[in-house]
Amino acid sequence: MCGIFSVIDRNRSRMDGSAIKDALSLMDERGSGEGAGYVAYGIYPDFPDCYALHVFFDNIVEPKSKVDDLLSKWGVIVHQEEIPTYEQPRLKRQHIPWRYFFKPYKDLMVGSLTPEEDIIIKTVMSINSGINGALVFSSGKNMGVFKAAGWPEDVANFYRIDSYKGYIWLAHNRYPTNTPGWWGGAHPFNLLDWSVVHNGEITSYGTNRQYVESNGYKCTMSTDTEVVAYLFDLLGRKHELPENFIVKALAPHFWDEIDSMQPRERELNRAIRLTYGPAMMNGPFGIVVARSDGIVGFTDRIKLRPLVVGDDGDRLYISSEEAAIRTVDPDIENIYMPKAGEPVIGRAVI
Amino acid sequence: MIPDEKVVIDARGIHYTRLNGLIRQAVEDGATEIVLKNVLGQRFIADALKADVCIEIYGVPGGDLGMFMSGPVCIVHGNCEHAPGNTMDDGRIIVHGSTGDAAAHSMRGGKIFVRDYIGYRGGIHMKEYDQKKPTLVIGKSAHAFLGEYMAGGLIIMLGIDQKGPFLERGIGSGIHGGRIVIRGPVDDRYLGVGARKMELDENMLCEIHSLVKEFCNYFNIDDKPLMDNDYTIIGPSSSRPFAGKYTWE
Repeated sequence: MCGIFSVIDRNRSRMDGSAIKDALSLMDERGSGEGAGYVAYGIYPDFPDCYALHVFFDNIVEPKSKVDDLLSKWGVIVHQEEIPTYEQPRLKRQHIPWRYFFKPYKDLMVGSLTPEEDIIIKTVMSINSGINGALVFSSGKNMGVFKAAGWPEDVANFYRIDSYKGYIWLAHNRYPTNTPGWWGGAHPFNLLDWSVVHNGEITSYGTNRQYVESNGYKCTMSTDTEVVAYLFDLLGRKHELPENFIVKALAPHFWDEIDSMQPRERELNRAIRLTYGPAMMNGPFGIVVARSDGIVGFTDRIKLRPLVVGDDGDRLYISSEEAAIRTVDPDIENIYMPKAGEPVIGRAVI
Repeated sequence: MIPDEKVVIDARGIHYTRLNGLIRQAVEDGATEIVLKNVLGQRFIADALKADVCIEIYGVPGGDLGMFMSGPVCIVHGNCEHAPGNTMDDGRIIVHGSTGDAAAHSMRGGKIFVRDYIGYRGGIHMKEYDQKKPTLVIGKSAHAFLGEYMAGGLIIMLGIDQKGPFLERGIGSGIHGGRIVIRGPVDDRYLGVGARKMELDENMLCEIHSLVKEFCNYFNIDDKPLMDNDYTIIGPSSSRPFAGKYTWE
């Protein structure tokens, strides 16, 4: 099952996390208390140019000194602190959440068009696959993921999510099926600016994983959703495809639909399907992906998971259930169900 | 003590377990009309309830409204989440709005009327037996896989206010019983595996017209424009279209 909730304020007006917590908690039945998480954009205005690295440490002795050393080689740690948390009776602390505000030395990455981002990806991948007891779960600018193994309201209270203000929020309530419920396996998944929440299973995980790993990403979270973040980074940032083209690659039209399209559209859809065959995702899914300039939601092309959209002035909501949207915006009028496989895009206008 | 026939329950912030407890208590105390106010996402409302009672629901009831229900009438003033009428046995659900996916899932008796839209897989695996014949009537439109794996019963989609014909794939995919009725023409390419178009006979038309009248009556819609024979009937391609698919005979 799983429940997802997301909202963007297109004018970048920031909202605190209290209503987001209520909306997600309304869908408690969609989870099992083994994972919940939130991501918000615009929460660190004091460090707008730094990459905010959120890290789970098993302890702050060996793994942390290794992470400190690695980061100090590749850039400068502008500020660091333990992420403030508040004990919750029903939530067992498994890791120590820590945050770094980090600026990479971009001249260290020769021959790259995006040296800062490539240093961050390299650093995140080497920490997550090479340093035992440390896991980077958030690595974008002026944004951050907060997640743990617990119920939505407990995880929100643990991080005091109502003290953060963001113009984009994604939230996820997990019901683990194929992979264990643990802190790193909770959603959202993040890399650089990309965050992903996902309800469902990606049965093509093996193919997709091979494809992203052959492009330099390493899968370390023991769950299928991670590949979605890497696919968006590869297709969106490196190949510079717009969101609607990425969705066409990940959840393409059926061949019989493509065959019946007008010539121009047919060629485009055929080219994307052929080029990005290994990026195509099979299985049931409802997904919302965020970047600092917007959100995009979509389902698998035969709609095996729910997705509801609410549009109200500056705000666009995408959620598993209408009731969750109405928790935040009770009198919203424009509520609809998007077609299977078709992207719903909410973009910040400023 | 004279029983209170009309009971009003404020559902704001109440978990569905307690809400259903209050509904059952009201029924036990002799209520014939129950009004639920401020419903927001509570699942399983009126599930397995066997009673002669009318439940007016204001708000958005959560998934599986009226599952296994036998007898009550639920009138929803708002939209439903997924699968209202799941395996419902008898009674009626009348929705002044739209529903999520899998409306009338495995329904085995009673009637559901939805004023506007339903999601994907409406009427999936509806079934019928002897006198039990479930009915789903949709006012505006449905999404793909309408009547998927349908084993019996009747789905009618009226296409009110819709521009152009129905263009959703997989109608009656895997159907092996029952009928799907769609107002207006349907291109063959949208039929699912095992589904085919059928003749509209006089009995069928009478049944359709009577259900259209009932639908229009609930939602105060003029039935005249719908009382012609512009309906496409879709049913299974044979009495056992999938014999031999998984086993040899």
